[in-house]
Amino acid sequence: MSSLTSEDAANARRQLRRRRTQAFLFVVPLLVFILFAFVAPITTMLFRSVYNPTVAELVPETLTMLEDWSGEELPGDATITRFAIDMKRMANDRTSGRLADEINRALPGMSSVVKSTARGLRRADDAELAANGAEMLLAENDRWAKPATWRAIRSAGQAYTSSYYLTAVDLEYDAEGEIIMRDTQIYKQLYTKTLKMALIITGLTMLLGYPLAFYMSQASPATANFLMVFVLLPFWTSLLVRTTAWIALLQAGGVVNSTLIWAGLINEPIELLYNEFSTILAMTHILLPFMVLPLYAVMRGIDASFMRAAISMGSNPIGAWYKIYLPMSLPGLSAGALLVFIISVGYYITPALVGGTDGQMISNIIAFHMQVSNNWELAAALGSLLLILILVLYWLFDRFVGTDNLKLG
Amino acid sequence: MKKHLTYLATTALLASPVLAQDLTVTSFGGAYGAAQMEHMIEPYMKESGTNVLFEDYGGGVAEMKAQVEAGNILWDVVDIEVIDLERACAEGYLEVIDQSVLPEGDDGTAAADDFIEDALANECGVGNIVWSVVFAVNTENGEGPKTIEDFFDTEAFPGKRGLRKRPQVNMEWALLADGVAPEEVYEVLATEEGQAQAFAKLDTIKDEITWYDSWSQAPVLLNDGGATMVQSANGRIFAAIKDDGAPFEIVWDSHIYDLDVWAIMKGTEKKEEAMEFIKFATGTVPLSGMQDVAYGPTRASAQALLPEEVKQDLPTAHLDEGVKADGIFWADYGESLGEKFNEWLLQ
Repeated sequence: MSSLTSEDAANARRQLRRRRTQAFLFVVPLLVFILFAFVAPITTMLFRSVYNPTVAELVPETLTMLEDWSGEELPGDATITRFAIDMKRMANDRTSGRLADEINRALPGMSSVVKSTARGLRRADDAELAANGAEMLLAENDRWAKPATWRAIRSAGQAYTSSYYLTAVDLEYDAEGEIIMRDTQIYKQLYTKTLKMALIITGLTMLLGYPLAFYMSQASPATANFLMVFVLLPFWTSLLVRTTAWIALLQAGGVVNSTLIWAGLINEPIELLYNEFSTILAMTHILLPFMVLPLYAVMRGIDASFMRAAISMGSNPIGAWYKIYLPMSLPGLSAGALLVFIISVGYYITPALVGGTDGQMISNIIAFHMQVSNNWELAAALGSLLLILILVLYWLFDRFVGTDNLKLG
Repeated sequence: MKKHLTYLATTALLASPVLAQDLTVTSFGGAYGAAQMEHMIEPYMKESGTNVLFEDYGGGVAEMKAQVEAGNILWDVVDIEVIDLERACAEGYLEVIDQSVLPEGDDGTAAADDFIEDALANECGVGNIVWSVVFAVNTENGEGPKTIEDFFDTEAFPGKRGLRKRPQVNMEWALLADGVAPEEVYEVLATEEGQAQAFAKLDTIKDEITWYDSWSQAPVLLNDGGATMVQSANGRIFAAIKDDGAPFEIVWDSHIYDLDVWAIMKGTEKKEEAMEFIKFATGTVPLSGMQDVAYGPTRASAQALLPEEVKQDLPTAHLDEGVKADGIFWADYGESLGEKFNEWLLQ
């Protein structure tokens, strides 16, 4: 046994280092891409779900003065005057709308009160405002005389807050700061529904994909390729085209209904579209390739002689499949299931187009808060919860199935 | 669109050195966008030599918020619904427009008198069109509903009702059908009881509703039998009747009308050019062109240019049968009612 000289060892180390640097350089573009397209946006989203400084930046002094206020009666005149002066300033920089939007979230109906008050105070005289601000503000609208309004300002003024997460699970703070149920119960229902639908879709793709992938892996290359085209063709077709094709098929005067009526099986069109059924159907179709491809890749690597050996040793075909083939195809099955499940949990466009009311999923509500209500903080909290949910499910999957049991090819 | 592109390409090639800078204008596309292209954008490009990039967007405030927050202004002029205008203006996404510079009408009336009342109500916008949410029926199914009460009467008028999946208009209609006076609708809807009343009324037809998401789906539903009566923007039904000869009929009872306005994005570098465009586009002749898609012009002088037989198809001829959409109410209650509406849908 010969040992290396120190020079050889140094050489070897240098070579190893060079290879490592080279390998790293190959990965750098991807790392940079992931940083900008994945890590940064997700961090921003997580941050946005707890941090909203809008009100704190707009009326900082008022908020400081409100800190010592009991919350029971009206705040002191000095505080109200300070707020009136802030209102005039915001009316002139046209930022009152942003304050209005935030306070309205805590107390619906306040948006117009804030905006009209700001308009009313825009031309007010500075000296008069400093002297009689409180009176002038209270004269603009009687909502200013209600302690609830000031509590809403105070709670909207917290730059860091967990209230968006509370809302995302249908809870809220009451006047005393206790956590209570919200009047509107919607998000928990939607999460449950989303998970339920994702599970159904995953189950259906398994049911359809497993036999198909099995057959393809056993068939001659020509047949397998031919069938593969049928799997891939829809995969390459635009998502929108596939979804609208389902609309054409399922609608009241669509292909399915007209055929059934023509055949005399039904008298009037049955409702196939704009419900949970159509959402599940269309999503199963769209996500099927994500199940078939990993399954097929794994099954092709399974030697058919194992099954033959099991059967020749006296097992019945089902027992042989269960004991021999299923465990060997499990890596493909779990990879496919995980892919389909995770993709369907966050699916948006198909439920939006064919979902109607029943087919709504959590992503549609996130889009509502992004596009319609402009409550980006709540959208971020809902999105973060979804992300956490998926991470937890992945962790459970790892515990029970094991990620080493994942194989895409 | 193609014509527009060719025009852009040729003008860019021939005249690029003398051309003023590009101006980006966004609107809602479809037949409406095509009419704006023909009557506003193309004539303006010819007259001013400015290149206009005409883009589509889906409404709402989100994209404006994103552009202003990021300090990356991509649009210059936007066509915006009044329901969004209120909010976009107050939150500082739009420039304040000096309405005194608007040109007088072709008949010499000063702009302030020529525009209808609501058209200049907001300091960030200049009125463009009056449009309306109506319901329409397919006349092939025999005698259809004539009033909003009929629309909610599933016994006398069985069949699916196509409604747009959002609280706006549906809540108003529910109250109107339940006997609330038109002038009190928003007052009632601002109360807990009023909202409960509206949802209770909607409950009575809930099983008969087919929900859709975008205006373009409304005529399709009516056409293929997915619904026997649908809520729709009046122009969509008008286009289906006029262009495709569809057997539809518009019912004007209790329609909810609103305005679209032109506005300028806050922080755009082309504020001057944007204003020039708006002055041109809200002139008498360009506005009168909007009759092509059955939207009423917001200027009296443009109204006067319309042929008598067209006027009956425009919302402006039916204002007394309808209710003006309340942008301020929806700025106040849009989000909370949106959540309650979604909860109601899930029940």
